[in-house]
Amino acid sequence: MPSTTTAPLLDARHLAKRYGTRQAVADVSLQVAPGTLLGLLGPNGAGKSTTLSMIAGLTPADGGSVTIAGQRQADDPAAARRHIGLVTQDLALHDMLSARRNLLLFGALHGLRGAALAQRADVVLAQVGLADRAGDAPATFSGGMKRRLHIACALVHDPALLLLDEPTAGVDPQSRLAIFGMLEALRAAGKALVYTTHHMEEVERLADQLVIIDHGRVVAEGTLAALRQRLPGRQRLDIALAATADEALLAAVRSLPGVHQADARPEGLALVLADSTAPDAPGLAGCAAVVLALLSARGITVQHLASQRATLEDVFIDLTGRQLRD
Amino acid sequence: MTAFLALVHTDLLLYLHNRRALLMSLVAPILIGAFFGSLFNQREAQVQQVPVAVVDLDGSALSAQVLAALRADAALKLSTPDAATALDGVRRGSLRAVVTVPAGFGAQAVAALQGRADKPQLALAHDPSQNVVLPLLRGLLAQHVSQAVAQTAFGGAAPGSDGSAPRRGPEFSMPFTLQETSALVQKRAGDGYDSYAHAFAGMGVQFVLLMAVDTGIALLLMRRTGLWQRLRAAPLSRLQLLGSRVASGAVIGLGVFVVVFGVAIAVFGVRVQGSLPGLLAVMAATALCSATLGLMVAALGRSPEATRGLAILVTLLLVMLGGAWVPSFLFPPWLQTAAAWTPTHWAVQGMDAMTWRALPLADAGLPVAVLLGFAALFGAVALWRFPWND
Repeated sequence: MPSTTTAPLLDARHLAKRYGTRQAVADVSLQVAPGTLLGLLGPNGAGKSTTLSMIAGLTPADGGSVTIAGQRQADDPAAARRHIGLVTQDLALHDMLSARRNLLLFGALHGLRGAALAQRADVVLAQVGLADRAGDAPATFSGGMKRRLHIACALVHDPALLLLDEPTAGVDPQSRLAIFGMLEALRAAGKALVYTTHHMEEVERLADQLVIIDHGRVVAEGTLAALRQRLPGRQRLDIALAATADEALLAAVRSLPGVHQADARPEGLALVLADSTAPDAPGLAGCAAVVLALLSARGITVQHLASQRATLEDVFIDLTGRQLRD
Repeated sequence: MTAFLALVHTDLLLYLHNRRALLMSLVAPILIGAFFGSLFNQREAQVQQVPVAVVDLDGSALSAQVLAALRADAALKLSTPDAATALDGVRRGSLRAVVTVPAGFGAQAVAALQGRADKPQLALAHDPSQNVVLPLLRGLLAQHVSQAVAQTAFGGAAPGSDGSAPRRGPEFSMPFTLQETSALVQKRAGDGYDSYAHAFAGMGVQFVLLMAVDTGIALLLMRRTGLWQRLRAAPLSRLQLLGSRVASGAVIGLGVFVVVFGVAIAVFGVRVQGSLPGLLAVMAATALCSATLGLMVAALGRSPEATRGLAILVTLLLVMLGGAWVPSFLFPPWLQTAAAWTPTHWAVQGMDAMTWRALPLADAGLPVAVLLGFAALFGAVALWRFPWND
């Protein structure tokens, strides 16, 4: 469980959920402190959305407990929900109502009234950069603008905990950056955020803590630095090829000394090299040399070569044996 | 396979693949066809007994004989309540007409036949919405009264007693006259039965129901989206979530009724001859009942695609049984009995009562109570069966 220096705003313990014979979530615990963004990672079907759904009180858990801002959800679900802002994966907007009217609705659902509600609507419209489009209907918005309004609707009642289920799905890079900036500002304002995504670079940029789940269980957790330490000294080697890497080539590359892992990519090969700190490791240069020699011997043209430290995705593949988007 | 055939083949596969839609496309026309066929069936035509009342103020042997003959007639379902009850029954639609035999009728009719007195008058107060039964009643009265008068006067059979129509001519004329009046209360000139009032009530009920079903389907669609998740994530009770939908549906339904009847009044001259508060109460109860029906559709439906056809079929059947398309007195007796178990029947009856039947506010009570009962039933089923955790 990630360590926290202050009392956690969200304390979910040993959550479990079964659908028929399928165990969607077996044992997931999360703690998120105020001013913290927790990245929840896992491949499709790992149990991320079910976990969020149990935290939000939408799906009754078969086991475990959820406490939000000291309020046990099982004791008073409505009280617990007041602290939550839920950003669902699917857009949750009334397309024909104005942006402001959407905000007024969701604010009213959380008990805001009158001038306070109107003021909050104006604040979040400015926060998501839509103040000048307040009177327009989302039907006229771009995908990125809809996403920002979607997030604004979850913020209008000023929740302490924000649950975001793939909030950047289908948005353009510019809107994605705008959303990142918004989430960073929220974290700086002391909000606790739980963020699920398929995009490693998003959690690498945003997350203070990471929890990786697979088959409904937590397989790793900690800060990004701590998780990277699971692959100390490892390097990535990305090789762009003129031809597609076939299974025979992959098998040959994997058998080379110093190659920990090799995967085919549309553009060529992605290698994770063995720990360079090991006594008999050939190191980046030695390993690259033997791989290039193999490719040369097979007449395969190398178009580009790049190396970098092992990424979170490498850690993920190392832990789960599959890619995040599988 | 050509591209054209491939497209056709795919469409056929998709049609056959959706078993529920397939079933509905076959079952709906069969059920609706069977309904209309049973109404106008000539092969197995059953005589539908016309409910009429006779108020015998004469109490003579002749009037008793007429009464016995009418009672024995297979075309009539005769009752003999007091005058006020009989008239009330016609006004409420449970009786088609009431025949009043005035005091002294028997003696005067015999004297009239013998040319010794003026013809006495029978009073026939009828339901003007069902004028189709008037020729039958005229004929039966002519037959049975003439026969009884002739027997009393001459001790033999009257002309026409063999079943043929009584002759009218210099040698024989009816020994009575018939004063036909509408049984409805007429507060103003021109009041009485108004087919527009009935038609607008029926179509209003139909489209409010269809709208409510559509709202239920929309809720089924919403359950697939983030919007429903977000609504559920708000600190609201289930009663608030579902109750708000019922309330908005009922308000919209009431608005539709008000506009429909507003146009009927402004353009087609429909008048609320009974009670305006009563009419509004029936409208509100119907709108509430429809909204809860829509919610029940959302609760019981598994998917919008699978539910839409079935819900629309049920709605159309309810509307037909309610008498919105075809007056329910044309139904076979068993269907009239079944119709009384539908909310649409009470909605249309209630609106008819408050408009052209000119009944007072109190007569809205039963339809409103029944409609509220249906609303409570539909709402309870919806709350009980609503799938919260899918």
